[in-house]
Amino acid sequence: MQAIGSTIPPSLHELRSQVARLERATGRKALESVQLFGLPQIDRHLPGGGLSLGALHEVAGAGPDTEQAAVAALMVAGLVARMQGQVLWVTAQRDLFAPGLASVGLHPDRLLLSEAGKDVLLIMEEGLRHAGLAAVVGEVGGRLSLTASRRLQLAAEQSGVTAIALRRSRRHDDPIHAEPTAAVTRWRVQAIASPPPLAHAADTPGVGPPLWQLDLTRCRGGVPATWIVKACDAQGYLHLAADLADRPPASQQRLRIGGG
Amino acid sequence: MTFLHDGRRQIIAAVNASARGLGLHAGMPLAHARALIRELSVEPATLAQDASALAELAAWCLRFSPFTGADGPDGLWIDATGCTHLFGGEAQLLAHLVERLMGVGIAARAAIADTPGAAWAVARHAPDSLHVVPPGQTTDAIRLLSLAALRLPAELIEKLSRLGFDQIDQVIDAPRGPLTLRFGAELVRRLDQATGRLFEPLVPVLPPEIVAERLPFVEPISTAEAFVSVIATLARNVCEELERRSLGARQLDLVFERVDGSHQIIRVGAARPARDPRHLARMLDERIDQVDPGLGIDAMQLVVTLADPLNFTQGSASLLQDRPCDPDIAILVDRLVNRLGAGKVYRFAACESDVPERSVRRVAPLSPPTKASWPAGLPRPSRLLSPPQPIETLAMLPDQPPAMFIWRRVRHRIRRADGPERIQAEWWRNEREMRASRDYWQVEDQDGRRYWLYRSGDGVDPDTGDISWYLHGFF
Repeated sequence: MQAIGSTIPPSLHELRSQVARLERATGRKALESVQLFGLPQIDRHLPGGGLSLGALHEVAGAGPDTEQAAVAALMVAGLVARMQGQVLWVTAQRDLFAPGLASVGLHPDRLLLSEAGKDVLLIMEEGLRHAGLAAVVGEVGGRLSLTASRRLQLAAEQSGVTAIALRRSRRHDDPIHAEPTAAVTRWRVQAIASPPPLAHAADTPGVGPPLWQLDLTRCRGGVPATWIVKACDAQGYLHLAADLADRPPASQQRLRIGGG
Repeated sequence: MTFLHDGRRQIIAAVNASARGLGLHAGMPLAHARALIRELSVEPATLAQDASALAELAAWCLRFSPFTGADGPDGLWIDATGCTHLFGGEAQLLAHLVERLMGVGIAARAAIADTPGAAWAVARHAPDSLHVVPPGQTTDAIRLLSLAALRLPAELIEKLSRLGFDQIDQVIDAPRGPLTLRFGAELVRRLDQATGRLFEPLVPVLPPEIVAERLPFVEPISTAEAFVSVIATLARNVCEELERRSLGARQLDLVFERVDGSHQIIRVGAARPARDPRHLARMLDERIDQVDPGLGIDAMQLVVTLADPLNFTQGSASLLQDRPCDPDIAILVDRLVNRLGAGKVYRFAACESDVPERSVRRVAPLSPPTKASWPAGLPRPSRLLSPPQPIETLAMLPDQPPAMFIWRRVRHRIRRADGPERIQAEWWRNEREMRASRDYWQVEDQDGRRYWLYRSGDGVDPDTGDISWYLHGFF
């Protein structure tokens, strides 16, 4: 597991893991293992020092991208690309474009697709019961009820397979995405205006690396936060945006820069 | 000539050629026949012996195909899929079959068709005794036959004929709703089986090399829980037998023998040879709801219809991995395919084409890894619209990106754009693609969202495209 940053005293960490042990079901295989974002600022913010494996996480787009969840799909692909093993991606529509996912490091040989139509949750659970997978990504179109999400969470805990619910909706910023679920973390990711490709020559045509605003809107045992990051690179790693051309409004600026 | 007792009176069960020549036919009351012809020689019918002889004959037919079955009281099924070339073709197979039967004193009519239902109909009701229905012409072949060719109950045929329906032609294109409402589901079901809209499994005669396990019950069962426990027992026994023979099941048929003598069959397949009783039982359990137990099931039989060699493999016991890694995705794939159907579970693989929608193909989930990916460095979206959607744009020709575009009545002002990436059509495919090309742009709108747009044509030569713009994907 990831070493905790020196800002958190060891006793606090001990207490946290005790609470985590109490909270979580017994017999869990991968209690403490986490998937690193590879970004100390984010990893340090998350309880456990990274995205916990064998748990349910939610990722949604924002604004017009709530429908296509294109940025969210890229972020999830980058995340699972860095795990070991096969990934089951359960879809409801046929719009996933594999070359795009490959560009953030998710090789097509590792990606098992399953078109589930209305049975996305059912197929996700089926996949989560199979310990041979690295992760199960499900494109959840409608509501994700507390019961349904708890089933996924329990299945993920038992097998140690990470579950990611990629929330989509035809309605922009659908309020049902804010309803409570049993997910351990909930993320919202959206593209924001990117700086010019060459910082010293703002008039140069072309596009630079995309910028994403990554909101951790809910986190069990943690607090919400927002980061501005550069999109996944070819290995699926995020990078913190060093200099921002267009800073977000002050109300959104809860940028946490890791200390120490 | 033989006779049997139908409960009320003695009737003729079967006649030979000379009796038929005298106007006698099966189903006639025996007294009536005796009144017509004084010197009749009749024997009591022995139905049980007939059935066992027919089963023997079906087993004899295994020389033509690995999958044959008896169709009582007077028919045989042969699933000749993939076997006909051994005899030089379908017609030759039939001729050879009938000739061999003739040699042992059996007069036979034979037909070969796409579906069991159509073959049944044509064999018994077509004018010629040997008939090959060419693939895809099933409907035309049965169209002019009488309704009796659909294997309908006698009362239903009588009811239909009273209303003027005699030929399949009259019902085959009729609206199905009213047909079902008026005559019950049986008519439509048999029609569908004949035309191939409904899969009809055959009850096979089992050659000894096939692994099968049958469990008869003291009392008929009909609850799902009972089926589950029987399936567990059957699967365990079958897997033990498979293990003895170093085989793994690729396809399983579970036959439910109903009290009324009919059979219900569920079939599951495995992507790789499987011999884990829990896995096989679970796949069968998921299909139980498709079974109509009727008044009860008094025997169940589990048949391994396809098996492949499966040797023992040692499970990996790695000291380094703290997580028990089970790389066998096959079990999961089987379950998903079983639930969703084949074709719904797949992997993507790179295809050598520059046209985005042709650069991805689907391959079977367990096919060997291709190791190939798409060229790195080219911007490719994570979502692709299929088909591309037309947008309204303001753009300068020939090679400027649009300043804005309107999609779904929303105006997007373009802040940054990268392109064009020209993709030439594949001229070797057809005439229309001879000169066509697309210019792709990756654009970012005022909110930072990135889109993949293209203009059809190079902006100069009208032969390459009509300069209309499309939205093709989202980053």
